[in-house]
Amino acid sequence: MSIEALPAELIEGPPQRRRSWRLAARNPSVIIGALIVAILAMLGALAPLLDTLPPAEINPVFRNKKPGAERVIRDSNGAEQKYVHRFGTDSLGRDVYSRVLYGARVSLIIGVTVAVISVAVGLVIGLIAGYIRWLDGSIMRIMDGLMAIPAILLAMGVVSLSRAGLIAVVIAIVIPEIPRVVRLVRSIVLSIREEPYVEAAITVGTPTPLLLVRHVLPNTVAPLIVQGTFICASAILIEAILSFLGVGIPPETPTWGNIMAEGRSLFRIYPHNIFYPGLCLALAVLAINMLGDGLRDALDPRFAKRV
Amino acid sequence: MRLAMFTYVLRRLLATIPVMLIVAMFVFLMLRLTPSDPAAIIAGDNANTEQVAEIRKRLGLDQPILTQFVIWIGKTLQGDFGESFFFKKQVAELIFDRLEPTLSLAFFTLVLAIIIAIPLGVVAAYRHGSWLDRIVMGFSVLGFSVPVFVIGYALIYVFAIELNWLPVQGYQRLAQGIGGWLQRLILPSITLSVIYVALIARITRTSVLEVMNEDYIRTARAKGQTEAKVLIRHALANAAVPIVTVIGLGVALLIGGVVVTESVYTIPGLGRLTVDAVLARDYPTIQAVILLFSLAYVLINLAVDLAYTFLDPRIRY
Repeated sequence: MSIEALPAELIEGPPQRRRSWRLAARNPSVIIGALIVAILAMLGALAPLLDTLPPAEINPVFRNKKPGAERVIRDSNGAEQKYVHRFGTDSLGRDVYSRVLYGARVSLIIGVTVAVISVAVGLVIGLIAGYIRWLDGSIMRIMDGLMAIPAILLAMGVVSLSRAGLIAVVIAIVIPEIPRVVRLVRSIVLSIREEPYVEAAITVGTPTPLLLVRHVLPNTVAPLIVQGTFICASAILIEAILSFLGVGIPPETPTWGNIMAEGRSLFRIYPHNIFYPGLCLALAVLAINMLGDGLRDALDPRFAKRV
Repeated sequence: MRLAMFTYVLRRLLATIPVMLIVAMFVFLMLRLTPSDPAAIIAGDNANTEQVAEIRKRLGLDQPILTQFVIWIGKTLQGDFGESFFFKKQVAELIFDRLEPTLSLAFFTLVLAIIIAIPLGVVAAYRHGSWLDRIVMGFSVLGFSVPVFVIGYALIYVFAIELNWLPVQGYQRLAQGIGGWLQRLILPSITLSVIYVALIARITRTSVLEVMNEDYIRTARAKGQTEAKVLIRHALANAAVPIVTVIGLGVALLIGGVVVTESVYTIPGLGRLTVDAVLARDYPTIQAVILLFSLAYVLINLAVDLAYTFLDPRIRY
């Protein structure tokens, strides 16, 4: 049989990557997860337009109000306006509804930032470990050491080194995540090195940088997107935990963890300060985890659940 | 065979040393990276330069960094973690006081999680694809997503405040009576076990499901074993290795959860101590707590590795 007689797919192989992306876009768990994340991101981005008050505005007269409490606000012209505190107010009189919406911004930004930085740094270290053999041993031992420290403790340790702030928190969450990415990238590199087409490329004399970019990197994209999604979810959770414990982002910044930390002392009487942000937090993490599960099933069949 | 086993155990034991050494290096460097001078902190606000210099000398801070590291490791190995900046007490003493609540909480959580999760996972695998399976899987995704403190406050709200069945917060030492001790551990253990149950149930389901298609399961059924026996003696026993691995790895989650749970329930344990130490920038205490928790994590996983040989006779060294 001459080669022209074969169908095109057999010669070029099926367009696997494009097909798995289409598969991902049809996965129900991806659709629902992405939808919820998109809604939360919109709520955060459009917070100023959604009938919110400035999230840091303190009102000593209107403290600790239950959800649905009404207040009359007088604007600069003296006109009176009724404002409903949908989620009540906290012990400084700040509107919880506004703080929860603005909190979505911080949480999602931290999640995405941590995911991008950990994946980028982990990718570089993983490629080095997988490709430069004499560095592999020492890099992996350091990663083993980092992984032996439970993530929250490591993050708390890093936070304690500097003044609390957004950057310190991001770094503190990134460091425990890096070893997981490094391990993943390294294992992919090691398995790809054995592939015939890579050996062929080496034989032909392809320079290492080109080899990495053309053959190794494309194979890391799908697993890293999946891993990045899970890192995003765990980063949002860890940020909330750090803020909740009082060692995260400064308390005046509205983050879900901070709102809950503020609500701790009066929890018995005013549980809404913990429940509304807690609900949003759980919803966001759940949605991102669903997104990750769905993406893994579609993009990364090797790691997908068997059944 | 005995000898091979012995050398294996020895080799694994030795392999934990470099890992712990690297952890120790991180923890040691942490203190060096701090913007503040530990000697100045210990001396207090009213100390003069000579006093600070004297303390620095006493702590060995005037030595080269490598010497300091060696001295520090030596002291740490003897259980001397130095004096807490904040509590003004020996860190070792401080930790010893806080051990009981944390160990109690961790123990109950572990037992509770295993008792709940393994049957759930087995049933989900057995009734694979049914509504029961879906509920278990749904719960496991949910358990990963709902933060520990939200679960904690929800439980406090329902069982302690609304129903008034259990105390809201606090801890009672075992020496003061088993009843009060147990009563105050129920809600924290349930809270902490949720994420662990999710993890263990999920892996149990997957690994039992994998085993269920094996020939020996068919054989067991063919010779007329009851389904319960097939599930427990044949399926679960053969699926044990990944389950035990995940239980070991999950200890990292458990430790993170302890920190949060103890804060929610105001339990005076190691987790609460960690938070207080970080808030007070009490570096000797932070160092000691991180070292101890990491050591516990590494040793538990070592024990898990060694347990494989007992769980699965096919694994031989």
